[in-house]
Amino acid sequence: MLKKHSPHFHDDWDPESARGIIEQYKGLEGPLLPILNALQERFGHLGDPAVRLVAEILNLTRAEVHGVVSFYHDYRREPAGRHVIKVCRAEACQSMGCEDLVGRLERALGIHLSETTHDRRVTLEEVYCLGNCALSPSAMVDGELLGRASEEKILAAVGEQA
Amino acid sequence: MTLRIFVPSDAAALSMGANAVATAVQAEIESRGMDAVLVRNGSRGLLWLEPLLEIETPDGRIGYGPVAAADVTTILAAGAAGAHPRKLGRVDAIPYLANQQRLTFERCGITDPLSLDEYSVHGGLKGLRRALDMTPADIVKEVIDSGLRGRGGAGFPTGIKWRTVLQTEAPQKYIVCNADEGDSGTFSDRMLMEGDPFALIEGMAIAGIATGASKGYVYIRSEYPHAFAQFNRAIAVAREKNLLGRGILGSSRDFDLEARLGAGAYICGEETSLLESLEGKRGQIRFKPPLPAISGLFAKPTVVNNAISLATVPVILAKGGGFYRDFGMGRSRGTMPLQLAGNIKRGGLVERAFGLTLREIIEGFGGGTWSGRPVRAVQVGGPLGAYWPTSLFDVPLDYEAFAAKGGMIGHGGIVVFDDTVDLAKQARFAFHFCAIESCGKCTPCRIGARRGAETMDKIMRGERVVQNIELVHDLCETMRDGSLCALGGLTPMPVVSAMEHFPEDFDRGAAHRAAAE
Ligand SMILES: Cc1cc2nc3c(=O)[nH]c(=O)nc-3n(C[C@H](O)[C@H](O)[C@H](O)COP(=O)(O)O)c2cc1C
Ligand code: SF4
Ligand code: FES
Repeated sequence: MLKKHSPHFHDDWDPESARGIIEQYKGLEGPLLPILNALQERFGHLGDPAVRLVAEILNLTRAEVHGVVSFYHDYRREPAGRHVIKVCRAEACQSMGCEDLVGRLERALGIHLSETTHDRRVTLEEVYCLGNCALSPSAMVDGELLGRASEEKILAAVGEQA
Repeated sequence: MTLRIFVPSDAAALSMGANAVATAVQAEIESRGMDAVLVRNGSRGLLWLEPLLEIETPDGRIGYGPVAAADVTTILAAGAAGAHPRKLGRVDAIPYLANQQRLTFERCGITDPLSLDEYSVHGGLKGLRRALDMTPADIVKEVIDSGLRGRGGAGFPTGIKWRTVLQTEAPQKYIVCNADEGDSGTFSDRMLMEGDPFALIEGMAIAGIATGASKGYVYIRSEYPHAFAQFNRAIAVAREKNLLGRGILGSSRDFDLEARLGAGAYICGEETSLLESLEGKRGQIRFKPPLPAISGLFAKPTVVNNAISLATVPVILAKGGGFYRDFGMGRSRGTMPLQLAGNIKRGGLVERAFGLTLREIIEGFGGGTWSGRPVRAVQVGGPLGAYWPTSLFDVPLDYEAFAAKGGMIGHGGIVVFDDTVDLAKQARFAFHFCAIESCGKCTPCRIGARRGAETMDKIMRGERVVQNIELVHDLCETMRDGSLCALGGLTPMPVVSAMEHFPEDFDRGAAHRAAAE
């Protein structure tokens, strides 16, 4: 589990440790999502080498694995920035001004949603409900949940000044 | 006696700084050499008071909240008998909690979620022990008699589903818990998995015994990393204490389960899409029939139930179907864990028997809006639920009463909006959400949702408003009648209800038209 304020570091692609991860989960019933989740957790994204290796070991076509990777919102084909801010844009958070919050963050970071700052420090993303809807607006920064989230709280969590 | 001090480790409490409070408590205990322990409980569900710190006394648990780390020194120096600006008095006497009827959430926030001993001292395992002495058919009958209906949204009788699985012969069957909880405004699955995970494990074990399934899966959405971690800790304890595994609780029955993480897809909350996802595929909807109860996970008979449905089973088995059925109204039996969310002064979890009105919930429990402005609209039942005006606030919470007014209870999320809400924007969002979450299998949903959002944009710009509203109605009819599942089929509910109850928000063109004429 990531520690608060600690940058979001991932390992560089390494086929041997990737193979180890895949072999570890291969025996599960329906192993594909656990494998993809574990690979993304380790390497930060699922690039072509990952897709190829998973297909090879599970005896699937690359198209099948790619089809699954592209279906789910969580899977990244490209690495994210060192910090990932996910701002909730679902209804309960809308009722508490999340759209305004998104706009402020975009201006403060100089990027739009789904983009990463030039220095690759921060990726800003949307998410639909974090299950913290009584304390809206909500955001998740590097896996840590923030309630009554404000621009200040969020930027402090990634070590930026508001 | 060692003093017990409670600071929740529920994700909502953590989101307000509970870990810093817990660290401060631990430091105080050590520096003062107190004979005290810190317990990381679940949340009581009084979420506007989080982090809620509690000190156990012979006269009950005294609460403080919301507490910051900086308050801890003065709270512990004053002691539970002393005065403190954050002091709330006895937690179970706070009206929000005192006025609830907690059955499913009986222990949540009270016990240490990972202590199986405490779980059983507080009534846990009674249901499973009783079930182990019953025939599968009798267990199923007890659940049917309780009147329990699925809490995931559709409200299908849980016991009837179990009976189908029981009666379908197969060498392998599965219990699948749907903890995808994607609806905005809902968090009861999460609170329960973090605050009383053994209730869900026990419920699934009972379901396994009742239907002849020896393996269970809990599908937890990836937006819930804390719940996933906590639930896995609970599984480890349950295995160690023989609540899971071979010969559970010393019986001859085997049952084990595994938690699986989703990967961000609202549609994977729909049961057939969830099964596809568990099998490692794209989360596309399956055609029904066959029902999952007959051919579900890996084509085996499968019970798919919501986490709250399953976690309610232990109390039904422990106290009897009749006990549970005595709560509620009409065909809505038992209690419903409601989740008060959005622009609300006192947001949180309210478990009450069916029959309470929206007004009692929103005004009585919730205390009106967080902003202090008037309530204008409420959306009950998640993103596919209707937007209602305050004139419908006297409708009682009951599956049929809600349906009669064009709404639904769904998973029990209640999202409150103040008078700054723009219902045209909300209707546009409903289409947009459907478009981004559509599994792509059928055209009315995949294409219709995009067209709907575009048409709403035109309405909001004041373009040909009358014709475009007409178009939205037609589109909604096509989606309602032509979609394979309820994502496309129910997206019209928020859209049409918004147009029906808040027409003034859609009539953007009035000024333009007047000028043109
Ligand atoms: C688009 C869509 C999303 C759904 N999301 C969930 C969900 O997150 N959790 C859930 O329990 N049921 C969800 N459902 C309902 C399930 O399909 C299914 O009815 C439910 O899991 C059955 O359990 P129950 O009878 O205990 O409610 C969803 C349905 C649809 C159409
Ligand atoms: S209605 Fe939408 S989500 Fe449901 S099956 Fe059709 S395309 Fe998929
Ligand atoms: S709607 Fe934002 S946390 Fe649920």
